[in-house]
Amino acid sequence: MGGKANDRRGAGLREWLRAGSRLPDERMAELLGTLEKPARDPEAEEALRRETGELARLEEIRQHERALSDRAETWGRTKGLTLLRVLYACLAGIVCALVIALLLVTVARLPSFGDGTNPIHNEVSQRYIEKGREETGAVNMVAGMILDYRAFDTLGESHVLFAAVCAVMILLRLPESGGERERLLAESNDRVYEPKHDIPLQRAVGFLCPVILLFGIYILLNGHLGPGGGFSGGAVIGAGLILYLNAFGFAAAERFATLRTFRTVTFAALGFYALSKAYSFFTGANGLESGIGPGTPGAILSAGLIPWLNVAVGLTVAAVMYAFYTLFRKGEF
Amino acid sequence: MGNLLANYEEAAAIILFGIGFTTLLLHRNLIKKVIGFSMMDSAIYLFLAAKGYIAGRRAPIAAAGALSAADYINPIPAGLVLTGIVVSVSVTALMLALTVRLYRRYHTLDIDEITRQARREED
Repeated sequence: MGGKANDRRGAGLREWLRAGSRLPDERMAELLGTLEKPARDPEAEEALRRETGELARLEEIRQHERALSDRAETWGRTKGLTLLRVLYACLAGIVCALVIALLLVTVARLPSFGDGTNPIHNEVSQRYIEKGREETGAVNMVAGMILDYRAFDTLGESHVLFAAVCAVMILLRLPESGGERERLLAESNDRVYEPKHDIPLQRAVGFLCPVILLFGIYILLNGHLGPGGGFSGGAVIGAGLILYLNAFGFAAAERFATLRTFRTVTFAALGFYALSKAYSFFTGANGLESGIGPGTPGAILSAGLIPWLNVAVGLTVAAVMYAFYTLFRKGEF
Repeated sequence: MGNLLANYEEAAAIILFGIGFTTLLLHRNLIKKVIGFSMMDSAIYLFLAAKGYIAGRRAPIAAAGALSAADYINPIPAGLVLTGIVVSVSVTALMLALTVRLYRRYHTLDIDEITRQARREED
């Protein structure tokens, strides 16, 4: 009975959908009447009851699911995380072991260590060794190589250092204004905690610092004659400056080491390097007379530009080392 | 095992590299990650220096008189290591500066904790 009523309603609906507003008004009213008056028969009520029961069961299931997901989340936050960490550690260990094993297998197939006939010792290094002293004037072949044949590479290296200081300065600079500044200053500024009058340290540094600086200058100026050069000498000078800063405090060090000094020194050194080497490469490439000769190998003023470039690199490195230290220690110069 | 025992210096460099890599992967403390990274750098320098060495020859500092390539070790790896050291100093400083910034904001060095707090801030 109910089924038949539903069929009738379905047919009416289909007719209405097909004809739309073109239906005559009385037919329309009749159709709407069948739609609005649902057949109240026991079967439909039974269906409704069943539907309600179904809904209740669905709600029950949903609650169960929610409880399950809650439990899963708690598990994920506690035990799951531990499990994940253990799994990650195991996987990382396996990956590392694999990488080491693979590289060790490669090492086992490399030419043997310390053998002069290895393919790496080819005509390039032969040329550097046999012609280096004559062409660059530097007794130290490595200095001749990095500051003459491959001078642009070293210029790039110095600029990498400079760019690193710039990036660290951007990252560690304290905000200019605002209440946060004082808190950050108190947090990050070691000036508050530094010893004011550490007499034994000051005496020792008063003796050691000139020696260290002198040794650094020796390494710097001796770069084309023996072991040393701009990078190592600059690092030694920078270490001496940092030692001075540690012993006598920022107030004393700031008499000579400020942001202004840093800017001047690095700009002058890098600018000199770039300009002089550009001149040397330009004249060299065009076959012009540059006026820079290799000089007598072994003399202190020899090897053309190399000692001067060593000084430029050394100044940059010393300034950069000191700048790194003071930036990390108090966030500014 | 081929040349593994003869190449003991390269093998040591590789093992050092592996230790650094493991440190980088396994530690959650950012400072220790930076230390692992530096160890990997140093391992590469050791490897390069080992590649340039030739048994029984002198450092590439020319003596007086005629020069022969059979007297000196290879100077090229020394130059490469120099470049590498400078770059690794810069990279280490940059990483440490980023670590300082992260610590200032989150007051922890644990990378998981930082990630969790950052995700919570995003939501």
